[in-house]
Amino acid sequence: MLYINCPHCGLRSQNEFAYGGDATVKRPELNKEISDQEWDNFVYLRKSPRGKHLELWHHVSGCRQWIKVERDTSTHEIFKTYKANEAIE
Amino acid sequence: MSQDFRLNNVGMVNREKKISFKFNGKKYFGFEGDTIASALIANGVHLVGRSFKYHRPRGFFGVGVDEPYAILQLDRNNERDPNIRATEQEIFEGLEVKSVNCWPSVNFDIGAINNFLKMFFPAGFYYKTFMWPPSFWYKIYEPFIRMAAGFGQASIKHDKERYEHKYEYCDLLITGSGPSGLASAYAAAKNGARVILAEDKPRFGGSLLTSDVNIGNQTGVEWTEKIIAELKSMPNVTVKNRSQVFGYYDHNMLVMSERISDHLPKTQKYLPKQRLWYIRANEVLISSGSIERPLVFGNNDTPGVMLSSAAKEYMKVYGVLVGKKPLIFTNNDSGYETAIEFKKNRVDPIILDTRSNPSSDIITEAKSLNIEIKFSYVVVAAKGYKKVKSADIAKISDDKKELFNIENIECDCICVSGFWTPSIHLASQSGNKSKFNEKIDAFVPDKSKQQENTIGSANGIFTLEETIKDAFDKGFDVSNKLTEKNNKVSVPTVVEKKSTDHDKFWCVPLPKGKSYKRFLDFQNDVAVSDIELALREGFRSIEHVKRYTTLGMATDQGKTSNLNGLQLVSDIENKVVPQVGHTTFRPPYTPVSIGAIVGREVGKHSKPTRKSPMHSWHEKNNAVFVDAGVWLRPRYYKQGNEGLFEASKREAKNVRQNVGVCDVTTLGKIDVKGPDAAEFLNRVYTNAWLKLPVGKARYGVMLREDGIVMDDGTTTRISENHYHMTTTTAQAANVLSHLEYYLQLVWPELNVNVVSTTEQWAGAAIAGPNSRKLLMKLFPNLDVSNEGLPFMGYKEADLFGVPAKIYRISFSGELAYEINVESDNGYFMWEKIMEVGQEFQIQPYGTEALSTLRIEMGHVAGSELDGRTIPYDASLEGLVSKKKDFIGKRSLNRSAFTSTDREKLVGVVPLDKTTSIPEGSYIVKDPKAKLPNPKLGHVSASCWSVEYDNPFSLAIIKDGKNMIGQKLFAMSPLKNKTIPVEIVSSHYVDPEGKRVRS
Repeated sequence: MLYINCPHCGLRSQNEFAYGGDATVKRPELNKEISDQEWDNFVYLRKSPRGKHLELWHHVSGCRQWIKVERDTSTHEIFKTYKANEAIE
Repeated sequence: MSQDFRLNNVGMVNREKKISFKFNGKKYFGFEGDTIASALIANGVHLVGRSFKYHRPRGFFGVGVDEPYAILQLDRNNERDPNIRATEQEIFEGLEVKSVNCWPSVNFDIGAINNFLKMFFPAGFYYKTFMWPPSFWYKIYEPFIRMAAGFGQASIKHDKERYEHKYEYCDLLITGSGPSGLASAYAAAKNGARVILAEDKPRFGGSLLTSDVNIGNQTGVEWTEKIIAELKSMPNVTVKNRSQVFGYYDHNMLVMSERISDHLPKTQKYLPKQRLWYIRANEVLISSGSIERPLVFGNNDTPGVMLSSAAKEYMKVYGVLVGKKPLIFTNNDSGYETAIEFKKNRVDPIILDTRSNPSSDIITEAKSLNIEIKFSYVVVAAKGYKKVKSADIAKISDDKKELFNIENIECDCICVSGFWTPSIHLASQSGNKSKFNEKIDAFVPDKSKQQENTIGSANGIFTLEETIKDAFDKGFDVSNKLTEKNNKVSVPTVVEKKSTDHDKFWCVPLPKGKSYKRFLDFQNDVAVSDIELALREGFRSIEHVKRYTTLGMATDQGKTSNLNGLQLVSDIENKVVPQVGHTTFRPPYTPVSIGAIVGREVGKHSKPTRKSPMHSWHEKNNAVFVDAGVWLRPRYYKQGNEGLFEASKREAKNVRQNVGVCDVTTLGKIDVKGPDAAEFLNRVYTNAWLKLPVGKARYGVMLREDGIVMDDGTTTRISENHYHMTTTTAQAANVLSHLEYYLQLVWPELNVNVVSTTEQWAGAAIAGPNSRKLLMKLFPNLDVSNEGLPFMGYKEADLFGVPAKIYRISFSGELAYEINVESDNGYFMWEKIMEVGQEFQIQPYGTEALSTLRIEMGHVAGSELDGRTIPYDASLEGLVSKKKDFIGKRSLNRSAFTSTDREKLVGVVPLDKTTSIPEGSYIVKDPKAKLPNPKLGHVSASCWSVEYDNPFSLAIIKDGKNMIGQKLFAMSPLKNKTIPVEIVSSHYVDPEGKRVRS
């Protein structure tokens, strides 16, 4: 079970969190004209990298904040965690 | 019965306390501290089971977790417990165990015929035999395999025992209390670290309990006792026996199973049977020791053949002789310790050493004790069926290929030692890749992967002096990283005798003309010939060889067999062991009971039960409840002999004719607050929200980004910047997460806060033509006229002194209101509604009537919004704004979503007006069409229309809009029904929606 450092609460076990997928996906702006391809990429297309991955976790059984976690998908090593609005290094 | 094999004054069992137990129905005696194995051996019993495949007699092979044979079934507290290792289970008064894998008895086992048919049971037997014809699977093959498979039977009764979970944190977890575990625990504890020391056995000390060594001028046992006593007295140390750390998971999470009451006649009132510890350790020292390897020779599975270290432990710990004419067969010095121990107890052993001319202190000692030693000698085959009676032994050539001078000598046990295999399981589970150590012919952990280090013999260190020194250092080093106290204790002096020299030889060749079975895996009956066959058939990867032959599978997970198996594969393939590699070690290291994994989350505790504040009223009034997510909701209120059908019909009819009241507390409620709340809702919902005035409610639909309907509900503007959102019962949690996602990550610039208020409000829906009259009596000072409180209006009012909120919304399609009060006042509200409503013929209605009412009105719910439908499919397209953007809107342009023949919501009525249509039925044009019959759609919800007194269903069918009026068929292969139906409008009752506005 992963041990995730919530930037708001501190180290907490994985069972307090829900996984939220790729954190680098950016929703297209509202009312913006975009191609079908761009929209499909946003809705469906995700990378499945081996290695470093910036991902979203929701601290559902804690502070209810969405956080960003930089994790190695093969070793589960967590390098850094960020608040939702924090700049990614 | 006298204990013929019990030694006087030797061992650690409590001679003061005699304990009786039953094995296969027969009564035996042992002493407190005995295991089933030691007590049976003391009574001269060696036949305890039959093997898995050939049903050959099985005895005891080890003395702990490595035991592959002695798997028994236990009865305790009128409960069955399968897969009990006789070498681990301690006896208690009244214990009853029996053998498995044998019928009618362990002495006379019909299945033993397999032993004579063994040419028909080669490796991969299952894969080869149970193939064709496929029709044999269900009735012949599967029952046969099920009957033959497994050790013992699981109970089918509810397990009444209590199991607990515990979460623990520590600086340092040490897995095993042998010399390295004790030394490192002591060093770390003295340096101020919070330490947990876990020992799988009842007694601490590991190899110190049985080896003839001296630490700091004390015997191993004395030193152990001193260290344990001191550790126990320290507040920063937790010392646990009967506790097996069986799994090493991510981020230094380890799981340990503590057997708290398994050794007691009955679970104590305030104690659980077992406790599962989830331990998050900053550092881990793996001190799980090593397991002696068997030597492989003919019939090496005969009862009486056992590990030499086990024979020694039975003598030194339990005071039990495994035999009176022992043969020690060894390729290293460890066998000598066992021989010397026999000799000390006035039993004469014979040592067969595979080496030609070894020398060490311990060999010199054995010689001086006049123990008979034969160098360059091997056991060719054990003789005897249910117990070793003699052995064929022979001199072996220097190249270990030729046997000479085969002779038979009498013996009653053969103690084998093929050197030691470090238990690298935990290190391996942590992600540590192992490396092969040529010096000891075994794998040891390589570089640390997580915060773990392996110490002692688990790391391939086989001398005590080195072990103790290394463990003291490691204990200090890892603790100092955390405590920085620099408090180092001195390392005691160590005296020991044995050397670590060993012979690589491990498998005795077959003599000419003989075809003895030479077993590698004792639990699964995998012999040398099976591996040879697998390789001949082309299996190369060790993982494939394992699965094909079952080598190293089942409950012992190859603790004694793995390395010999690898050795054999590499010999045949002309490779070295590290080239072959080893199979993956996965948790658990030892079997864990399902009860311990489940813990207390059983029955009512398996999930929370949520009840509305009116629950006790429903109970008192004969409500029959239904699970709605984690909520309990009244399904119907039973009157007299009514069943579900009659009661729900009566309740629904009463709503259409008079007035009904329904508990709607379970609906999800979310407060949405902030200056940008209107803008936020406008983005979340498909329809327009910017112009909703204060005091008005609106129905809204929200989509996922892929255009699929996520949820629906009404949201009311309470004040300028405050909205009260409702969601369906099932989606409440998901909707909140969804809103939080957009507020925190996508549009953080919006100044809005959301919070769940589901628990804060109790809700009652009042529906029916009489509902306004009822409302006038409930709120006499309030203008509830159609003008004063119009459809979708909202008012705050006083309900007999209790503040209440009134929403004029309707799910039933009738004139209806929803009243919310603070949860604590829910019961009061409900009683008042029932009391005042009496004169208007009020009746409570449950979820079944609620469904009936919404279905015949064509209102969609979870069965239509099933995660596959877009607004159009559920006839919600009128609520989709064309002017503004919202979540999921762009997806609605997808060609599949704009196609004209999409499935759409319709009503379905059976032509005979009497046959109910099963939910899930297919709508088809021609019931006799060739299969697969093209499906037009499916029936999503069915009811008995109380308005027209005939069955009515909702269905989602292709090109639904243009199908109205068509005569089709509803087919339910499951219920074996084909019903001619007519497609009608989904708005079956009051299609103009006059009633809700009346």
